[in-house]
Amino acid sequence: MLIMRHELLLIVITVILLVVEIFLPNTRKRKIILPAILLMAAVTVIGFFPGTPGILFGGMYQSTQLSMLLKNILNVGVLIIFIQSVDWLKQDQNKEKISEFYLLMLSTLIGMNYMISSGNFLMFYLGLELATIPIAALAAYERFKEKSAEAGVKLIFISALSSGILLYGLSMIYGTTGTMYFADVAPLITGAPLQVLAFIFFFAGMAFKISLVPFHLWTADVYEGSPVNVASYLSVISKGAAVFIFTIILYTVFTKIAVLWSEVLYVIIILTITVGNLFAMRQQNLKRFLAFSSIAQAGFILLGIISQSQVGMTTVIYFVLVYIFSNLGAFGVVGIISNRTGKETINDYDGLYRTNPKLSLVMMLALFSLAGIPPLAGFFGKFFLFTAGAKQGYYILVLIALINTIISLYYYLLVIKAMFLNNSDQPIAYFKSDNYTRLGLILCVAGIVVIGFTSSVYELIYNLSFGLY
Amino acid sequence: MSILTLFIIIPLLTIVGILFCKTDMQVKWVSVAGMGLQFINAIALILLFLAERRAGNIAEVLFVQDNLWYETLNIHFHVGVDGVSVAMIGLTSLVVFAGIFASWEIKDLHREFFTFLILLSSGVFGFFISLDLFTMFLFYELAVIPMYLLIGIWGSGPRHYSAMKLTLMLMGGSALIMLGLIGIYLNSAPNGGPLTWDIIKISKETLPMDMQRFLFPLLFVGFGVLGAMFPFHTWSPDGHASAPTAVSMLHAGVLMKLGGYGCYRVAVFLLPQAAHQVGWIFLILATIGVIYGAFGALWQKDLKYINAYSSVSHCGLVLFAILMFNQTAMNGAIMQMISHGIMTALFFALIGMIYGRTHTRYINEMGGLMKVMPFLSVAYVIAGLASLGLPGFSGFVAEMTIFVGAFQNADIFHRVVTIIAASSIVVTAVYILRVVGILLLGKIRNDEYEQLTDAKWYDKISVVSLILGITIIGVAPLWLSDMITGGLGPIVQKLLAAAPMMP
Repeated sequence: MLIMRHELLLIVITVILLVVEIFLPNTRKRKIILPAILLMAAVTVIGFFPGTPGILFGGMYQSTQLSMLLKNILNVGVLIIFIQSVDWLKQDQNKEKISEFYLLMLSTLIGMNYMISSGNFLMFYLGLELATIPIAALAAYERFKEKSAEAGVKLIFISALSSGILLYGLSMIYGTTGTMYFADVAPLITGAPLQVLAFIFFFAGMAFKISLVPFHLWTADVYEGSPVNVASYLSVISKGAAVFIFTIILYTVFTKIAVLWSEVLYVIIILTITVGNLFAMRQQNLKRFLAFSSIAQAGFILLGIISQSQVGMTTVIYFVLVYIFSNLGAFGVVGIISNRTGKETINDYDGLYRTNPKLSLVMMLALFSLAGIPPLAGFFGKFFLFTAGAKQGYYILVLIALINTIISLYYYLLVIKAMFLNNSDQPIAYFKSDNYTRLGLILCVAGIVVIGFTSSVYELIYNLSFGLY
Repeated sequence: MSILTLFIIIPLLTIVGILFCKTDMQVKWVSVAGMGLQFINAIALILLFLAERRAGNIAEVLFVQDNLWYETLNIHFHVGVDGVSVAMIGLTSLVVFAGIFASWEIKDLHREFFTFLILLSSGVFGFFISLDLFTMFLFYELAVIPMYLLIGIWGSGPRHYSAMKLTLMLMGGSALIMLGLIGIYLNSAPNGGPLTWDIIKISKETLPMDMQRFLFPLLFVGFGVLGAMFPFHTWSPDGHASAPTAVSMLHAGVLMKLGGYGCYRVAVFLLPQAAHQVGWIFLILATIGVIYGAFGALWQKDLKYINAYSSVSHCGLVLFAILMFNQTAMNGAIMQMISHGIMTALFFALIGMIYGRTHTRYINEMGGLMKVMPFLSVAYVIAGLASLGLPGFSGFVAEMTIFVGAFQNADIFHRVVTIIAASSIVVTAVYILRVVGILLLGKIRNDEYEQLTDAKWYDKISVVSLILGITIIGVAPLWLSDMITGGLGPIVQKLLAAAPMMP
């Protein structure tokens, strides 16, 4: 049973938290915060111990070194989110439902783990649904806020729609091949019209999850309405897991129609990066801003996928890892400021450096990393993505992406300009962050600064990755 | 560990030291100590380099250190220097050292200012010592990005606009460079074998012609943006005018040289065939830049704008000389980079000091400063004379070499552009003398100026060290030009070998 170690551990701590929750009186719910974080930390650490790869349920569930690594990456991200959300959870309006936050988030994480390890489309679908539905509840967590409730409803509708489309695609795959196992489907994909249609449906369903243009319209609204920590979860963990399994399925199942999906990706990449960037420029609310920036980043990630090579897959995973740290850093700062002052627009950040220098520096590092400025990790991620894309001969595509990095630099600089350059009559007053927030931000900064220099991370991922050829 | 690694370690240690400082005075002195050490290190490097060469070491690059970094992508931390990079390192350390003293009177946020300034300089040093395209690019961007904050926070005038314009244009250039470098990497082994980022190894290969034709314009334009190549120079006047003194010095003195150096070291050196084929386009642009910059300087009334346009003209001359593809002209290009680097840093330092006293940069509002601040004025005249190429100063040596080299190309096209470019010397003389006349001579137009003080001790250190640099090169250029010639050997041979392939 150790093969399912990651999932089982998560289920165990979910159950433990559930039991503890039952026995905690309403006034003392806050006591659950520290145990939850410690348990998650323990799970994360245990996850890094070498495990045994293997197959369960006749191939429906498969655990490989790669899938274990991906789960570890997600665990680290979720741990940081747990740490970052303490300050927000301690607020009065949330104090009665603190454990729900952990339970819902852990159950989506379990879903993602199953999704990553799936060897069968049914299992994949099951994991995907488990990973999606609780998030809608999380998005509506602050139910006293109209926007939060709206975000929850939007997310559940969109997920239902995309799941429906995806399922339709999967049914066509089953119809044309007679099986749902990845390994059996792969040789039977011949590029028949129905299979192409099936692929398009599958692609559209996944595009909703990764929020690729033109399936991105829910993203900004949901991010804006949800609590910051949920938005960050959506933008890094949820998206990261979807990207992982998307890459794996493209590389293992749809290998024979690689020519077809690389053409689709080509167009989608240009659309996603450009639209994401152009809309990000116009945003005033930082959550919406980060939403569009994360759409653009998803477009960059696809550059690695389109490379179809081992290097391509490596850079996808590597970039997601870097992106987790960078984006969580940015969301962490936005979150703590939103908690303490309720301010969320770029203009509110005017003169922030004079009052809260450390937060501004973290935000600057995070944004520079997202923009791909050396020597931060984001630079390495972007550079490797572009190398992978160009390796396949997509010079023009890479050039378009590069031009877009300039646009993205412009809007990241707008935030930095507000914090460092602008002066304000009423800057955000100095406040002391609590230790949890600090720890969360320090972890992010450490990741942003260190990952690029330690080439062993990249080599580790490379050795576990695979390409089409 | 090679002595070159110290050039990155010293700035980083200085930054760490600055972070531990308590008072503003400590910050300044730690910066002085760090950059002084860097300066000594640079002199030691020059002496060691000359000693090695005299001892008969004819390796292409010296003081090599090579550590594998990213195994899969074959990225190395690979440093080494030839004569050209040694000269550039000497220039950088001099300008940074002078820049620290020139920013002694910075008003606000000392710690941040010096941190960013030194971070920027570490990027420049790293760029010049890198032999690996990846780390070279990493350091290149590291040198560009602190500029945004330096101009935006401590600048003057429309600083937000200028900072954004400068950053976006330069990063736009670097986007082209990134694609160019990736393209070179992916074609670095035309005869099989592992791909490499190593400049020396790539220079031994001949890249496929169609790729060269695609990559050369990307790289030349990309680096050309930073080298203020016409028509991509527009960030330069705005950026320099808005930047604080030390940043203008560093930017015009050193950072613009990154562009010229990159054009030479990457674009021309690694893609010589394409350089021969399409170089003429850029030669025309460079010539326009030389003339345009000179005439632009003629019209301006703001001291910094005058100097910024003059930089466009002089840096255009660098690209112009590089594109002449012969030993003499290239030698002149490097000399011009060094000469212009020191000279323009001196100009900007002086302008900053004058502005700090008069609070205006419009030449029409000033006059007769020679009577009030003789030290600064004399220094300004010296800088001006060096700029217009008076024998005895570095400018003469550089420009003379460039035009002699350029005239060696015997065809009509090269002759014509050479003559056009050479005529810029006259215009240069006009705008320099015009400024000297209005600004320094004549009678004092504003009575309040009578009270102004002359240079303080820290101003003097900054100015004198730069003037010494100009004079040493002007009076005794041979050691420098020998050093450079040695470094240029491989590239010129490569260009000669590529020449028969011309259409």
